[in-house]
Amino acid sequence: MSQNLETFVKHVCRENGNDAGRMMDICRAVQAEFRCVSPEAMTLIAQECNCDRSQVEGVVSFYHFFSTKKQGEVVIWLCDDVIDEMKGSADVAEALKQELGVDFGQTTTDGKFTLGWTPCMGLPDQAPAAMINEELVTNLTGDKIREMVRELRAGASVKDLVKVPGDGMNADPRLNTMVSNNIRVKGPVIFADIENAVGLKAALAKTPEEVIEEVKTSGLRGRGGAGFSTGLKWMFTRGAEGEQKYIMCNADEGEPGTFKDRIILTECADMVFEGMTIAGYAIGSTEGVLYLRGEYAYMKEYLDSVLEERRDAGLLGKNVAGKEGFDYDIRVQLGAGAYVCGEESALISSCEGTRGDVKTRPPYPAQKGYKGKPTSVNNVETFASVNRIFVNSGQWFSATGSCGSSGTKLLSVSGDCKRPGIYEVPFGMKLIDFLKMCGGEDAIAVQVGGPSGELVNPDAFGRSIEYDDLATGGSMMVFGPGRDVLKVASKFLEFFVEESCGYCTPCRAGNVFIKERLDRIIDGKGDKDDIAYLEQLCNTVKVTSRCGLGQTSPNPVTSTLKNFRGEYESRIQENPDRMELSFDINAELTEAAAITGRMSEHF
Amino acid sequence: MSKPKVATAALSGCFGCHMSILDIDERILDLIEVVDFHKSPINDIKTFTERCAIGIIEGGCCNEENVAVLQDFRKNCDILISFGDCATMGGVPALRNGIPLKECLDEAYIDGPTVHNPNKVVPNDRELPLLLNKVRPCQEIVKIDYSLPGCPPSADTLWEALNALLADKPVDLPYELIKFD
Repeated sequence: MSQNLETFVKHVCRENGNDAGRMMDICRAVQAEFRCVSPEAMTLIAQECNCDRSQVEGVVSFYHFFSTKKQGEVVIWLCDDVIDEMKGSADVAEALKQELGVDFGQTTTDGKFTLGWTPCMGLPDQAPAAMINEELVTNLTGDKIREMVRELRAGASVKDLVKVPGDGMNADPRLNTMVSNNIRVKGPVIFADIENAVGLKAALAKTPEEVIEEVKTSGLRGRGGAGFSTGLKWMFTRGAEGEQKYIMCNADEGEPGTFKDRIILTECADMVFEGMTIAGYAIGSTEGVLYLRGEYAYMKEYLDSVLEERRDAGLLGKNVAGKEGFDYDIRVQLGAGAYVCGEESALISSCEGTRGDVKTRPPYPAQKGYKGKPTSVNNVETFASVNRIFVNSGQWFSATGSCGSSGTKLLSVSGDCKRPGIYEVPFGMKLIDFLKMCGGEDAIAVQVGGPSGELVNPDAFGRSIEYDDLATGGSMMVFGPGRDVLKVASKFLEFFVEESCGYCTPCRAGNVFIKERLDRIIDGKGDKDDIAYLEQLCNTVKVTSRCGLGQTSPNPVTSTLKNFRGEYESRIQENPDRMELSFDINAELTEAAAITGRMSEHF
Repeated sequence: MSKPKVATAALSGCFGCHMSILDIDERILDLIEVVDFHKSPINDIKTFTERCAIGIIEGGCCNEENVAVLQDFRKNCDILISFGDCATMGGVPALRNGIPLKECLDEAYIDGPTVHNPNKVVPNDRELPLLLNKVRPCQEIVKIDYSLPGCPPSADTLWEALNALLADKPVDLPYELIKFD
């Protein structure tokens, strides 16, 4: 076994150029082969890559899908998202526990199955969902998952679980997955027909400066949610000092409720790669990296084959599309389960083969990014939009949408609506009109922009979906009558507690305290001081955290305090005695009572 | 007009914070000009007989008796001050919070390398208050109005805070008094 391990690690490291920068790929390979990255393996990897062992252990301990303890042959990750919970993930969890005879976080004694929870994997429109090894399974019920487990136990492979593949490219043999697209409304930018290489050739006919000008004319802003001007970002990256520059595509779609990139990547992969190529030309780069979240590993093979086709067609490689002197290629880098890697500097850290730590800014990636070189990190949808801009024009693009937000936006809708799925709508659409479109008119609340966004109440359904009002990277979660918005907020906080990288205290500890205090109010054990405490603590976490995760993680509470204050006020109690209502002396004495065999003398 | 009353309590701490109270030295003479000390280990008054303006609490709560005393202080004092790190955060006693209570007792009375206890008896008399599952800082049990950090807080910190409260001014401590690095 250990001889095997040594041979395998040496082989994998050699394949990756003994480059510690490829730590993600190396660890993924070792994890896949041995179902863990053991301490022994970590030492070997460090030797082979000539890096500190702490770097290897840092990576292995950081990412959700790496494990130092041996996992089962089949690992079942059940999605722990709030929408999945609404759609019955508890039943699925119960069925799994019964069928496997183990709890979450455990492996069956025969070493066959490991059971675990994982945050939103981009399938809330077909929830409850799970990831079985790298295969995504959807629309689960207790019975359905039991049947799957029985099949797997009888020797079926995970691919055998796909009886009826999903629509569109999901049925392509390279994907062959039960995931569905659920595209409900097609718009003119992303989902209109497009011919390969037309946009690229139009861009290459211009000078790089003209390309950037055209993107500026279009008014395109980052589709990940932050909304920074794409043209400006490229201009800064082009203007930054350095010979080597990089383009990165952020496909770490981790914001719960967002799943638009999943559809773009399978239905419009060429558009994304073409946009990346145009970007490479514009900033003067020879290499692009698409960082794909670990949950989307099922599409890696497909994306690689599309890249290969583009190389064969001369659209990647030397002298791209016949443009003398423009050499450019793209590779796909897989992540391994870490929400924070969607933050651009953490994404870069991950690509560099370390923990997904955010970096202090400035310097911004445009000045000092991947491997210390100027790097432009853009969203999947941004790149796809770029391709359309060069097929039509920047002028054309800016004519759609609203004043400060040009173009269309893909919205991924889930929760209590009749038609969950993907909608391509022009920016500036009123939320109420959108709710009518997706069949969610009776919503009592809509979470716009995921947990880090805002929970909007019906009084504000007249607001519009655009950067300067309700900004969203695409996530729209609809909550119907009877849903408890404070429980939703608590669930979101649980997510942030889990996903905080732990680097800075306000985020690592603050989110725990926010959730604890919120739960106190939900349990009816809060008073008005608790509301004041929450307001103060949320502000502290926001203002003192280092990256976007901590700066936005209190949002579920701040936005419910703002938009659903009555929910808090109706649950708090008068407290004239000024005792802490949540303190229960009897619950605090259980251990001592059991040890001493006597009851309290004081209470 | 009678002088405002001040009460103090030492819960699960080391008594160091009370020693720090005594460190106001001769200023204690100025202090008793303006306040009377009520229930406190300093004067050994055991029960509240009248309402107090200020209660100063040293230590967090490690057992049921601590909880009872703290709740009694909350009932009888207008303002409660968590005095020192154990009261505000649990401090050293809270280091046991990561270890099950049984293991703590076994280590202390049976398994510890310096323990001589041939009969392996863990003290268990009804006079001994039951321990809480976890040591709690004061604000997890009752509302606390002010927290003074430090291990212990310096005499000057207390002096400044008491003077501000007695003069009905905001407790606005200079940075030097609440910085510890």
